[in-house]
Amino acid sequence: MAQAPALPRGFELPLEPRLPRIGAIDAVSLEARAGELAKRSIKRESKLYALALAVRMMDLTTLEGADTPGKVAALCSKAQRPDPVDPSVPSVAAVCVYPNLVPTARARLAGSGVKVASVATAFPSGQAPLEVKLAEVVAAVEMGADEIDMVIDRGAFLSGRYAKVYDEIVRVREACGEAHLKVILETGELGTYDNVRRASLLAMAAGADFIKTSTGKINPAATLPVTLCMLEAIRDVHDETGRMVGMKPAGGIRQAKQAIQYLCVLHETLGVDWLTPDLFRFGASTLLNDVLMQIRKQKTGVYQSPDSFTID
Amino acid sequence: MTELEKRHSPVPAPLEWDYAPAPEARDIVRFQERYGLFLGGEHVEPRSGEYFPTISPSTEEPLAEVAQAGAEDVDLAVSAAREAFTNGWSGLRPAERAKYLFRIARILQERSRELAVAESLDGGKPIKESRDVDLPLAAAHFFYYAGWADKLEYAFPNRRPRPLGVAAQIIPWNFPLLMLAWKVAPALACGNTVVLKPAETTPLTALLFTDVCRQAELPPGVVNIITGDGSTGAHLVRHDGIDKVAFTGSTEVGKAIRRELAGRDVALTLELGGKAANIVFDDCALDQAVEGIVNGIWFNQGHVCCAGSRLLVQESIYEPLVEKLKRRMGTLRVGDPLDKNTDIGAINSRQQLDRITELVRAGEEEGAEIFQPECALPDRGFWFAPTVFTNVAQSYRIAQEEIFGPVLSVLTFRTPAEAVEKANNTMYGLSAGVWTEKGSRILWMAERLRAGVVWANTFNRFDPSSPFGGYKESGFGREGGRHGLEAYLRFD
Repeated sequence: MAQAPALPRGFELPLEPRLPRIGAIDAVSLEARAGELAKRSIKRESKLYALALAVRMMDLTTLEGADTPGKVAALCSKAQRPDPVDPSVPSVAAVCVYPNLVPTARARLAGSGVKVASVATAFPSGQAPLEVKLAEVVAAVEMGADEIDMVIDRGAFLSGRYAKVYDEIVRVREACGEAHLKVILETGELGTYDNVRRASLLAMAAGADFIKTSTGKINPAATLPVTLCMLEAIRDVHDETGRMVGMKPAGGIRQAKQAIQYLCVLHETLGVDWLTPDLFRFGASTLLNDVLMQIRKQKTGVYQSPDSFTID
Repeated sequence: MTELEKRHSPVPAPLEWDYAPAPEARDIVRFQERYGLFLGGEHVEPRSGEYFPTISPSTEEPLAEVAQAGAEDVDLAVSAAREAFTNGWSGLRPAERAKYLFRIARILQERSRELAVAESLDGGKPIKESRDVDLPLAAAHFFYYAGWADKLEYAFPNRRPRPLGVAAQIIPWNFPLLMLAWKVAPALACGNTVVLKPAETTPLTALLFTDVCRQAELPPGVVNIITGDGSTGAHLVRHDGIDKVAFTGSTEVGKAIRRELAGRDVALTLELGGKAANIVFDDCALDQAVEGIVNGIWFNQGHVCCAGSRLLVQESIYEPLVEKLKRRMGTLRVGDPLDKNTDIGAINSRQQLDRITELVRAGEEEGAEIFQPECALPDRGFWFAPTVFTNVAQSYRIAQEEIFGPVLSVLTFRTPAEAVEKANNTMYGLSAGVWTEKGSRILWMAERLRAGVVWANTFNRFDPSSPFGGYKESGFGREGGRHGLEAYLRFD
């Protein structure tokens, strides 16, 4: 007779004072709440603060088949001095690249404090044998990655093989060693907010430092309601265990205005404790220049031509 | 540290990320110093010669003076409405009536920012609500009933619908313009003319609406608006020239109106108070239920007759739910109604504030446990912090009486049957909410709850096509939807 798999380690919720609860998500209400928060009107100093924070939280990303050392080197310069004209603009949190480009990024970012993040585990599909995935993670870390962005096996998740997903994350976590682990759920493929919540809890139980929405290769990528759903899961884990897990919406965030909306959702869901690059990141490639343009607008009162910001 | 390291060194998060003020510009609306009455399509001085000020409850500053209509003024208003009914409006081709309603709807949309600002100034409600709820819904009601005007025969097949005549309409201060739309749109669509009296504390949007009527070139006398206090309303109800009274307001006044109309051939619909149960089962989507609870009781400062003021929580999730709710209350932003980030605005009047304060004190004395998040309330104006009472027994006044303010009472239940029993154990029956992921349970509950509206996994949702009204002391008659037409028709 088939046996139900035991709850994985770290995933047990206390029996007292109530039964373990994964919980459900009501899509209509979740989207309404996200829509409400998106209407917050952020002005003046609070806006400038939010924009600078968005820069500090950015994982500047390039994940193309056509990526070259030259392209990554340019991106690394941008990451350190996003706006060469305005030295008060902080550098970004990390540069996110494919494993083969980690050495270039490592060399270019040495001493800058900007982290090197590498995608791994057969990004973006995750459809490869576990050994291959682990080897990729180990290689990326050896080449100098500070952070690993892994993908979960959505095929396993959607067919109900949660234990396989969990085990993989645990093994990858071990392979990361000192490196930080971000677990990409690829919410656009999960289909329901209930699944997003389950996958979030699963990833956090397996040891994720961050949970991340998307690879950027699938539409829809990050959305406000999905992010809200994941932040609520993070909040529940924090309530139950005291653990603070980070969040990274990625893909589809192109405008400063959107970034501020995400920060409002973050602020009103998890509070100021999470308003730090240690616990929140934006995965984006084109967002940075719009944020820079808005910062310049806030400081000078006028919009500058897009050509006054470098394209790297 | 190198320059680059300095650049990257994490700036500590601030203790609080304050949103800078984001006020909606108020100069989009200009009030006259003094408003008369709107009779027969003209703005006229009241025969009574009396005026009273209307103030902004968020600052207590006077906004304008409005007329206090006396018996003679009421008489003129009813005559104007009768005249318009007999000589034109009731005989107009229904499709023509519809055109006027469509026109009003479009003008409301065009002038929505102005009217939203006026609503927030005069009533104290946050601009995000007047902008996103009151105004869009008011316009939607006119659009909806415009569509019915020439289809009444289809709404009631084989019944030959006829208009009633002159409708006397008295509306409350919680949704001034929206309640006007709920009353005026169906009345006009059915071929009646109206005399409408807005609430004493919130007359300004109704007075701006007179301008909308003129802009729409509505025939004179079809809509007449008289302002004043309760005595004006009493004159109107007593007037022998009316064919219909539609009242939204307190149960006390509703009873008085019904007594007044006993033995008279005047149709009546009443939409009165409520003490709605918001019932949360342990299998609900917890975080979304919290949002629903917040929306249920703190929408419009709790000045909502269908507010979910009694929270019934299944005991097995009582603790996490209350904890989440309290935390969420901490993020509610109380303050300037014109600030786009304000969630909770000002209490509508000193009188209402006194009533809320009195009932909250009673709750504390009866032994309920009070919780209010830390929030700084402005010095001037009428304010009350969002409040939750736990350890509430069914017998407490705060569980029985309508508070009509931002105060929630939390009770618990163990089984669905007990939830139904407690929810129905009230003199009211306007609305109820059910939170569960189980579809069959929603239907089971809805069959048993004696409430005019039962919301499932949501609360305070309104739509012109959906009928709204009460059981028991919450009144009778329905507004909205096809049902809403019936209140303004007679059948041969």
